[in-house]
Amino acid sequence: MATTAHKAPNYILIWAYLFGLTVLEVLFAFEMPISRNLKILVLLGLAVWKALLVALFFMHLKFESRYLRLMVLVPLPLAAIFILAVITEHVW
Amino acid sequence: MTHATATLDQMRPPVPAEPGLPIYNNKLGMWVFLASEVMFFTGLIGAYVILRFGAPGEWAKPNVVLNVPLTGINTFILICSSVSMVKAFAAISAGDRKGLSRWLLATILLGATFVSVQGVEYWKLVHEGFTPAGFTAGSHITELVAQGKLSDVTGGLYGSTFFTMTGFHGFHVTCGVICLIYVWLKSLRGGYTQQDYRGVEVIGLYWHFVDLVWIILFTIVYLI
Repeated sequence: MATTAHKAPNYILIWAYLFGLTVLEVLFAFEMPISRNLKILVLLGLAVWKALLVALFFMHLKFESRYLRLMVLVPLPLAAIFILAVITEHVW
Repeated sequence: MTHATATLDQMRPPVPAEPGLPIYNNKLGMWVFLASEVMFFTGLIGAYVILRFGAPGEWAKPNVVLNVPLTGINTFILICSSVSMVKAFAAISAGDRKGLSRWLLATILLGATFVSVQGVEYWKLVHEGFTPAGFTAGSHITELVAQGKLSDVTGGLYGSTFFTMTGFHGFHVTCGVICLIYVWLKSLRGGYTQQDYRGVEVIGLYWHFVDLVWIILFTIVYLI
Protein backbone atom coordinates (compact mmCIF):
# COMPACT_ATOMS: atom_id res chain seq x y z
CA MET A 1 0.00 0.00 0.00
CA ALA A 2 2.47 2.58 1.10
CA THR A 3 5.13 2.55 -1.58
CA THR A 4 5.66 0.87 -4.90
CA ALA A 5 6.77 -2.73 -4.38
CA HIS A 6 10.56 -2.98 -4.59
CA LYS A 7 13.47 -4.84 -3.06
CA ALA A 8 14.49 -3.10 0.20
CA PRO A 9 17.82 -1.29 -0.16
CA ASN A 10 20.75 -2.28 2.06
CA TYR A 11 20.19 0.40 4.73
CA ILE A 12 23.29 -0.56 6.71
CA LEU A 13 25.43 -0.04 3.61
CA ILE A 14 23.90 3.45 3.14
CA TRP A 15 24.60 4.16 6.82
CA ALA A 16 28.25 3.10 6.31
CA TYR A 17 28.49 5.43 3.29
CA LEU A 18 27.04 8.34 5.29
CA PHE A 19 29.41 7.69 8.19
CA GLY A 20 32.41 7.42 5.87
CA LEU A 21 31.49 10.60 3.98
CA THR A 22 31.01 12.54 7.26
CA VAL A 23 34.48 11.50 8.50
CA LEU A 24 35.92 12.40 5.08
CA GLU A 25 34.23 15.83 5.22
CA VAL A 26 35.63 16.70 8.66
CA LEU A 27 39.15 15.55 7.71
CA PHE A 28 38.94 17.40 4.40
CA ALA A 29 37.72 20.60 6.04
CA PHE A 30 40.53 20.90 8.58
CA GLU A 31 43.44 18.72 7.41
CA MET A 32 43.66 19.33 3.66
CA PRO A 33 46.06 22.09 2.58
CA ILE A 34 44.27 23.18 -0.63
CA SER A 35 42.75 26.44 -1.86
CA ARG A 36 39.69 27.68 0.01
CA ASN A 37 37.40 27.86 -3.02
CA LEU A 38 38.25 24.30 -4.07
CA LYS A 39 37.66 23.15 -0.50
CA ILE A 40 34.21 24.80 -0.43
CA LEU A 41 33.28 23.13 -3.73
CA VAL A 42 34.41 19.67 -2.58
CA LEU A 43 32.66 20.02 0.81
CA LEU A 44 29.40 21.12 -0.84
CA GLY A 45 29.73 18.21 -3.30
CA LEU A 46 30.14 15.74 -0.41
CA ALA A 47 27.12 17.27 1.41
CA VAL A 48 24.94 16.98 -1.71
CA TRP A 49 26.11 13.37 -2.16
CA LYS A 50 25.06 12.56 1.43
CA ALA A 51 21.73 14.40 1.03
CA LEU A 52 21.04 12.43 -2.17
CA LEU A 53 21.71 9.13 -0.39
CA VAL A 54 19.17 10.07 2.31
CA ALA A 55 16.55 11.26 -0.21
CA LEU A 56 16.92 8.37 -2.66
CA PHE A 57 17.20 5.45 -0.23
CA PHE A 58 15.83 6.47 3.19
CA MET A 59 12.98 8.57 1.73
CA HIS A 60 12.60 5.97 -1.03
CA LEU A 61 12.51 8.55 -3.84
CA LYS A 62 14.46 6.12 -6.03
CA PHE A 63 11.46 3.79 -5.92
CA GLU A 64 8.63 6.35 -6.11
CA SER A 65 6.50 7.16 -9.13
CA ARG A 66 7.72 9.57 -11.78
CA TYR A 67 5.04 12.12 -10.83
CA LEU A 68 6.07 12.25 -7.18
CA ARG A 69 9.75 12.60 -8.09
CA LEU A 70 8.83 15.44 -10.44
CA MET A 71 6.85 17.16 -7.67
CA VAL A 72 9.85 16.90 -5.33
CA LEU A 73 12.26 18.21 -7.98
CA VAL A 74 10.22 21.35 -8.78
CA PRO A 75 11.23 23.49 -5.75
CA LEU A 76 14.92 22.61 -6.05
CA PRO A 77 15.71 24.86 -9.07
CA LEU A 78 13.87 27.67 -7.27
CA ALA A 79 16.05 27.11 -4.21
CA ALA A 80 19.18 27.08 -6.39
CA ILE A 81 18.14 30.31 -8.16
CA PHE A 82 17.48 31.93 -4.77
CA ILE A 83 20.95 31.09 -3.45
CA LEU A 84 22.70 32.02 -6.72
CA ALA A 85 20.86 35.34 -6.80
CA VAL A 86 22.08 36.33 -3.35
CA ILE A 87 25.63 35.12 -4.06
CA THR A 88 25.86 37.47 -7.07
CA GLU A 89 25.81 40.39 -4.63
CA HIS A 90 29.14 39.09 -3.31
CA VAL A 91 30.60 38.06 -6.69
CA TRP A 92 29.88 41.41 -8.34
CA MET B 1 -32.07 23.28 -7.81
CA THR B 2 -31.24 25.76 -5.07
CA HIS B 3 -29.42 28.95 -5.73
CA ALA B 4 -26.34 27.70 -3.80
CA THR B 5 -26.08 24.51 -5.87
CA ALA B 6 -26.45 26.45 -9.10
CA THR B 7 -23.65 28.82 -8.06
CA LEU B 8 -21.43 25.85 -7.15
CA ASP B 9 -22.07 24.26 -10.56
CA GLN B 10 -20.99 27.46 -12.29
CA MET B 11 -17.72 27.44 -10.34
CA ARG B 12 -16.73 23.92 -11.46
CA PRO B 13 -14.43 23.70 -14.49
CA PRO B 14 -16.06 22.16 -17.58
CA VAL B 15 -13.92 19.00 -17.35
CA PRO B 16 -14.46 15.87 -15.29
CA ALA B 17 -12.38 15.41 -12.11
CA GLU B 18 -9.18 13.43 -12.64
CA PRO B 19 -7.48 11.13 -10.16
CA GLY B 20 -4.34 12.62 -8.56
CA LEU B 21 -0.97 11.05 -7.84
CA PRO B 22 -1.07 7.32 -7.08
CA ILE B 23 -0.26 7.95 -3.41
CA TYR B 24 -2.42 8.49 -0.34
CA ASN B 25 -3.34 11.97 0.88
CA ASN B 26 -1.24 12.01 4.08
CA LYS B 27 1.91 11.22 2.13
CA LEU B 28 1.15 13.76 -0.58
CA GLY B 29 0.46 16.34 2.13
CA MET B 30 3.80 15.60 3.81
CA TRP B 31 5.70 15.94 0.51
CA VAL B 32 3.99 19.28 -0.21
CA PHE B 33 4.87 20.43 3.32
CA LEU B 34 8.49 19.31 2.82
CA ALA B 35 8.62 21.26 -0.46
CA SER B 36 7.65 24.37 1.52
CA GLU B 37 10.30 23.48 4.11
CA VAL B 38 12.92 23.40 1.35
CA MET B 39 12.12 27.05 0.65
CA PHE B 40 12.09 27.89 4.37
CA PHE B 41 15.61 26.55 4.93
CA THR B 42 16.77 27.99 1.60
CA GLY B 43 15.68 31.39 2.90
CA LEU B 44 17.74 30.89 6.07
CA ILE B 45 20.79 29.62 4.17
CA GLY B 46 20.44 32.45 1.63
CA ALA B 47 20.40 35.01 4.46
CA TYR B 48 23.50 33.36 5.95
CA VAL B 49 25.35 33.43 2.60
CA ILE B 50 24.61 37.11 1.98
CA LEU B 51 25.51 38.13 5.55
CA ARG B 52 28.68 36.06 5.66
CA PHE B 53 30.14 37.00 2.28
CA GLY B 54 28.97 40.59 2.52
CA ALA B 55 30.24 41.04 6.09
CA PRO B 56 32.45 44.08 6.65
CA GLY B 57 35.30 42.03 8.13
CA GLU B 58 36.79 38.58 8.52
CA TRP B 59 34.26 35.89 9.46
CA ALA B 60 35.26 33.87 12.52
CA LYS B 61 36.63 30.41 11.65
CA PRO B 62 34.11 27.77 12.79
CA ASN B 63 36.71 25.54 14.48
CA VAL B 64 37.93 28.46 16.63
CA VAL B 65 34.47 29.32 18.02
CA LEU B 66 32.51 26.08 17.69
CA ASN B 67 33.11 22.58 19.01
CA VAL B 68 33.31 20.76 15.66
CA PRO B 69 34.25 17.27 17.01
CA LEU B 70 31.23 17.32 19.37
CA THR B 71 28.89 18.36 16.55
CA GLY B 72 30.51 15.79 14.24
CA ILE B 73 29.51 13.09 16.75
CA ASN B 74 26.04 14.65 17.00
CA THR B 75 25.73 14.51 13.20
CA PHE B 76 26.59 10.83 13.38
CA ILE B 77 23.87 10.36 16.03
CA LEU B 78 21.27 11.98 13.75
CA ILE B 79 22.37 9.81 10.80
CA CYS B 80 21.99 6.73 13.06
CA SER B 81 18.47 7.90 13.96
CA SER B 82 17.60 8.03 10.26
CA VAL B 83 18.77 4.43 9.90
CA SER B 84 16.69 3.32 12.91
CA MET B 85 13.68 5.16 11.44
CA VAL B 86 14.00 3.40 8.10
CA LYS B 87 14.45 0.09 9.95
CA ALA B 88 11.14 0.80 11.76
CA PHE B 89 9.51 1.33 8.36
CA ALA B 90 11.09 -1.87 7.00
CA ALA B 91 9.91 -3.80 10.10
CA ILE B 92 6.22 -2.85 9.80
CA SER B 93 6.21 -3.27 6.02
CA ALA B 94 7.31 -6.88 6.75
CA GLY B 95 4.56 -7.19 9.40
CA ASP B 96 6.94 -7.08 12.40
CA ARG B 97 5.05 -4.95 14.97
CA LYS B 98 7.51 -5.52 17.82
CA GLY B 99 10.38 -4.55 15.56
CA LEU B 100 8.49 -1.37 14.63
CA SER B 101 8.11 -0.33 18.28
CA ARG B 102 11.75 -1.14 19.09
CA TRP B 103 13.17 0.81 16.16
CA LEU B 104 10.82 3.75 16.81
CA LEU B 105 11.99 3.87 20.44
CA ALA B 106 15.62 3.82 19.24
CA THR B 107 14.84 6.73 16.88
CA ILE B 108 13.20 8.72 19.69
CA LEU B 109 16.19 8.16 22.00
CA LEU B 110 18.71 9.10 19.29
CA GLY B 111 16.67 12.20 18.34
CA ALA B 112 16.37 13.27 21.98
CA THR B 113 20.13 12.73 22.38
CA PHE B 114 20.78 14.98 19.38
CA VAL B 115 18.64 17.79 20.85
CA SER B 116 20.26 17.34 24.29
CA VAL B 117 23.78 17.52 22.86
CA GLN B 118 22.75 20.65 20.95
CA GLY B 119 21.43 22.10 24.22
CA VAL B 120 24.76 21.35 25.93
CA GLU B 121 26.60 22.90 22.96
CA TYR B 122 24.51 26.10 23.24
CA TRP B 123 25.05 26.26 27.00
CA LYS B 124 28.84 25.90 26.59
CA LEU B 125 28.97 28.44 23.75
CA VAL B 126 27.04 31.05 25.73
CA HIS B 127 29.18 30.27 28.80
CA GLU B 128 32.33 30.88 26.71
CA GLY B 129 30.94 34.20 25.49
CA PHE B 130 29.36 33.37 22.12
CA THR B 131 25.73 34.52 22.14
CA PRO B 132 23.13 35.37 19.44
CA ALA B 133 24.09 39.03 19.97
CA GLY B 134 27.81 38.38 19.40
CA PHE B 135 30.81 37.96 21.69
CA THR B 136 30.32 38.86 25.35
CA ALA B 137 32.87 41.32 26.79
CA GLY B 138 35.37 39.80 29.22
CA SER B 139 34.71 36.21 28.10
CA HIS B 140 37.02 33.44 26.87
CA ILE B 141 36.19 34.34 23.27
CA THR B 142 37.13 38.00 23.67
CA GLU B 143 40.55 36.80 24.92
CA LEU B 144 40.95 35.06 21.56
CA VAL B 145 39.97 38.33 19.88
CA ALA B 146 42.65 40.15 21.94
CA GLN B 147 45.23 37.54 20.84
CA GLY B 148 44.33 38.23 17.21
CA LYS B 149 42.96 34.70 16.62
CA LEU B 150 39.46 35.98 15.99
CA SER B 151 37.76 39.06 14.55
CA ASP B 152 34.93 40.50 16.61
CA VAL B 153 33.64 42.82 13.85
CA THR B 154 31.33 40.10 12.53
CA GLY B 155 30.60 38.49 15.90
CA GLY B 156 27.00 39.73 16.02
CA LEU B 157 26.18 38.57 12.49
CA TYR B 158 27.86 35.23 13.17
CA GLY B 159 25.97 34.76 16.43
CA SER B 160 22.54 35.64 15.05
CA THR B 161 22.89 33.49 11.90
CA PHE B 162 24.41 30.53 13.76
CA PHE B 163 21.77 30.40 16.49
CA THR B 164 18.89 31.09 14.06
CA MET B 165 19.81 28.32 11.63
CA THR B 166 20.78 25.65 14.15
CA GLY B 167 17.95 26.75 16.46
CA PHE B 168 15.27 26.34 13.80
CA HIS B 169 16.72 22.95 12.92
CA GLY B 170 16.74 21.92 16.59
CA PHE B 171 13.09 23.04 16.82
CA HIS B 172 12.27 20.78 13.86
CA VAL B 173 14.03 17.83 15.51
CA THR B 174 12.13 18.50 18.76
CA CYS B 175 8.79 18.54 16.89
CA GLY B 176 9.85 15.30 15.17
CA VAL B 177 10.63 13.63 18.50
CA ILE B 178 7.21 14.64 19.88
CA CYS B 179 5.44 13.24 16.79
CA LEU B 180 7.56 10.07 16.98
CA ILE B 181 6.50 9.55 20.61
CA TYR B 182 2.86 9.69 19.44
CA VAL B 183 3.55 7.18 16.65
CA TRP B 184 5.49 4.93 19.06
CA LEU B 185 2.64 4.93 21.61
CA LYS B 186 0.19 4.10 18.83
CA SER B 187 2.47 1.29 17.67
CA LEU B 188 2.46 -0.18 21.21
CA ARG B 189 -1.36 -0.34 21.02
CA GLY B 190 -1.13 -2.17 17.70
CA GLY B 191 -2.16 0.88 15.67
CA TYR B 192 -0.11 -0.07 12.62
CA THR B 193 -0.35 -3.20 10.53
CA GLN B 194 1.38 -4.61 7.47
CA GLN B 195 -1.65 -3.42 5.50
CA ASP B 196 -1.76 0.13 6.88
CA TYR B 197 1.33 1.89 8.23
CA ARG B 198 0.74 5.36 6.79
CA GLY B 199 1.66 7.22 9.99
CA VAL B 200 5.04 5.49 10.15
CA GLU B 201 5.88 6.35 6.56
CA VAL B 202 4.76 9.98 6.86
CA ILE B 203 6.72 10.71 10.08
CA GLY B 204 9.65 8.83 8.52
CA LEU B 205 9.67 11.23 5.55
CA TYR B 206 9.73 14.21 7.92
CA TRP B 207 12.49 12.67 10.03
CA HIS B 208 14.74 11.91 7.05
CA PHE B 209 14.16 15.43 5.72
CA VAL B 210 15.32 16.90 9.03
CA ASP B 211 18.43 14.68 8.80
CA LEU B 212 18.99 15.84 5.22
CA VAL B 213 18.78 19.50 6.23
CA TRP B 214 21.29 18.91 9.02
CA ILE B 215 23.73 17.32 6.54
CA ILE B 216 23.67 20.58 4.53
CA LEU B 217 23.74 22.85 7.63
CA PHE B 218 26.63 20.95 9.22
CA THR B 219 28.75 21.49 6.12
CA ILE B 220 27.83 25.14 5.66
CA VAL B 221 27.95 26.25 9.31
CA TYR B 222 30.60 24.02 10.87
CA LEU B 223 33.00 23.05 8.07
CA ILE B 224 33.15 25.96 5.61
